[in-house]
Amino acid sequence: MLTLAPVCGPQAPIARVNPVAKLFAVAAISATALIAADWLTPLLLLAAIFAVVPFSGIRFGPLVKRLKWLWLAAATVVVVNTVFAAEQTGAILFSLGPLEISAGALTAGAALGLRVCVAATAGVLGFATTDPTDLADALTQQLRTSPRFTIGSLAALRMLPLLAAEWRQITTARRARGLEGGRNPVRRAKLFASTMFALLVGAMRRAGRLAAAMDARGFDSGIPRTRAREQRMSPPDWIIMVAAVAVCAIAVGLSAAYGVFRFLS
Amino acid sequence: MISVEFRGFAWRHAGRLASAVADVDLRIEPGERVLLLGPSGSGKSTLLAALAGLLTTDSGEQTGAVLLDGADAADQRGRVGILFQDPETQLVMARSGDDVAFGLENQAVPPAQIWPRVDQALETVGFPYGRERGTDALSGGEQQRLALAGVLARRPDLILLDEPTANLDPEGAKAIREGLRTALADTEATLIVVEHRVADILDLVDRVIALGPGGALAADGTPEAVFGEHGDSLAAQGVWVPGAPLPVRPSGDAGEVRLRGEGLTLAYPGADRSALDGVDLELRAGELLAVTGPNGSGKSTLALLAGGLEKPTAGRARVPGERTGLHRLPAKRLATHVGTVFQDPEHQFVTATVRDELAFAPRAAGWESERIEARVSELLERLRLDRLAGANPHTLSGGEARRLSVAGALAAAPGTLILDEPTFGQDRRTWGELVDLIADIRDDGTALMAVTHDRDFAAALAGRELALDQGKATEEATRC
Repeated sequence: MLTLAPVCGPQAPIARVNPVAKLFAVAAISATALIAADWLTPLLLLAAIFAVVPFSGIRFGPLVKRLKWLWLAAATVVVVNTVFAAEQTGAILFSLGPLEISAGALTAGAALGLRVCVAATAGVLGFATTDPTDLADALTQQLRTSPRFTIGSLAALRMLPLLAAEWRQITTARRARGLEGGRNPVRRAKLFASTMFALLVGAMRRAGRLAAAMDARGFDSGIPRTRAREQRMSPPDWIIMVAAVAVCAIAVGLSAAYGVFRFLS
Repeated sequence: MISVEFRGFAWRHAGRLASAVADVDLRIEPGERVLLLGPSGSGKSTLLAALAGLLTTDSGEQTGAVLLDGADAADQRGRVGILFQDPETQLVMARSGDDVAFGLENQAVPPAQIWPRVDQALETVGFPYGRERGTDALSGGEQQRLALAGVLARRPDLILLDEPTANLDPEGAKAIREGLRTALADTEATLIVVEHRVADILDLVDRVIALGPGGALAADGTPEAVFGEHGDSLAAQGVWVPGAPLPVRPSGDAGEVRLRGEGLTLAYPGADRSALDGVDLELRAGELLAVTGPNGSGKSTLALLAGGLEKPTAGRARVPGERTGLHRLPAKRLATHVGTVFQDPEHQFVTATVRDELAFAPRAAGWESERIEARVSELLERLRLDRLAGANPHTLSGGEARRLSVAGALAAAPGTLILDEPTFGQDRRTWGELVDLIADIRDDGTALMAVTHDRDFAAALAGRELALDQGKATEEATRC
């Protein structure tokens, strides 16, 4: 099932932060992780992120569930980059026949994996604690994005779970007609493509009807909209943004002082 | 209060040769409550869309004028509210209150007034939850009530309803009508409603306008006058004229058992009770079993299990001659035993022409080409689809698509046919055609099961009724 439910309750501290402030913090941390090519900077950033989690009101269970696959992806990055490094430098840590793993390659691979890990964790923390409606409100109110685009995307997002239900309906209806992939991979692929096509045709029709309904309720009619829900930047939001920048600066500073910092490679 | 006027109005959809409506001259006085009738293709929806300002210059070509209080309707979208058929595609926001507020924000209502007006509209339509309720957690009837609140909160001078209850079960439709009654009692807005099920809303209207093909005026007057004078011709066009008699097709004696369900049970993971709990059933040749019950009683689940389309958690459905349960049969074999027809016929179309659609299952079952040819010709003629043999199934009208989906399920001559809400949202004419078609299939010796909310349909055809409640059979009684 497709789920867009946040990983925390609506009253959790992190859910009440202005989405734009969260977006900024996520962007700052991810950008720092991406420009730093050493292993220490992302490690420090990751530590900072986890230091915040207990105060954010996030439930650990759902968070770990969300992160599981991203971390697995990061681990794959480490393995692939270590084993298939262009050159193995430094002391050999492990060897098996033609396969050799050196300290240098492991450090480089771990650094890459950590960068992915930081960006993924920060992204999940930022977006999985944000209600899509609040995000749209903050984008139109703080960043002045066009309501036509922002509210339009929000309405489209609401349609996503309907697609999953419709996929099941189409598949069942086709089994009733005697059409089923079975074990033949070619037939399965063909059936997948035609089911996808049927789903798309349905989605287009739905989108047309939704657009008409939005027009009929005066959306995008040239009058400046008012706001039923106010999103404000409060002092804590500014503090969070400043803190994110500070964390990034400290991480880079520490790793430079330790002498391992490397810029973008 | 607002007056409505069409003056020599015509509309041609972009890319079409013929006009959807032409030469419409119509005047509706402020505060009138109008029922708009007409067969499909008479342009009712086009007229409503024109009033709502939804016909844009890039979607077609307009001649004549559409006027609200003497000024162009296209410039007055804010004074008009329209409720469509499909509840799912009218809701924009994730939370119920936000959705009602959406229309007010667009209208630039000052923020301080928005929430009081939202609450008032929700109360008027009898919305049973608070503003925070997620719109995806609502039933179809509740979603439609919310959409109605969204229309009313904007305080339109003209309210347009385009078959507002066609997609709802009886309870949902009743709740919408009650909401409407309350709403109309405390507004002076002009009302135009399009609805096939006339009897249900007759007390809300004081004038009936009937259109013929192309928007030509066929009748206009008070409900008594229009139905008194034109009742028969309107019924022939598909209107459910109040008091008009309905056909009854009683069945003969039931034959041998064609499909047997034993203790059918389905529990979805994480649900607090089984969707279906130990239901037994027998479908016999030449008889229709009507499966009835409120929403959520497990009717559709029973249809899926009996049709071999879903794996039961306990029990099984079997047909004579197969040793395993139906759900374990490969789809091709299943289609030769049981056919299932779903509510939405389009999901079931798998080929590009009507002829191929009918040949599909026999071909998959490995019939010889002469036998397939004979079967297809027979079905085309019997279901009056011969004229359309080369047409794409997706271009058929609602009634034709429904007939084709029934014919497609029957093509490989299965002994049993399962129908999920076959008459849902159909006009009177299509309804009559379906009753005749299904009666013929039954009298040819097919065993039938129909999941239905439609009392008239069950009364016309059913030999027995199986009533479900909360996943359990409450009674199995012989009726009619």
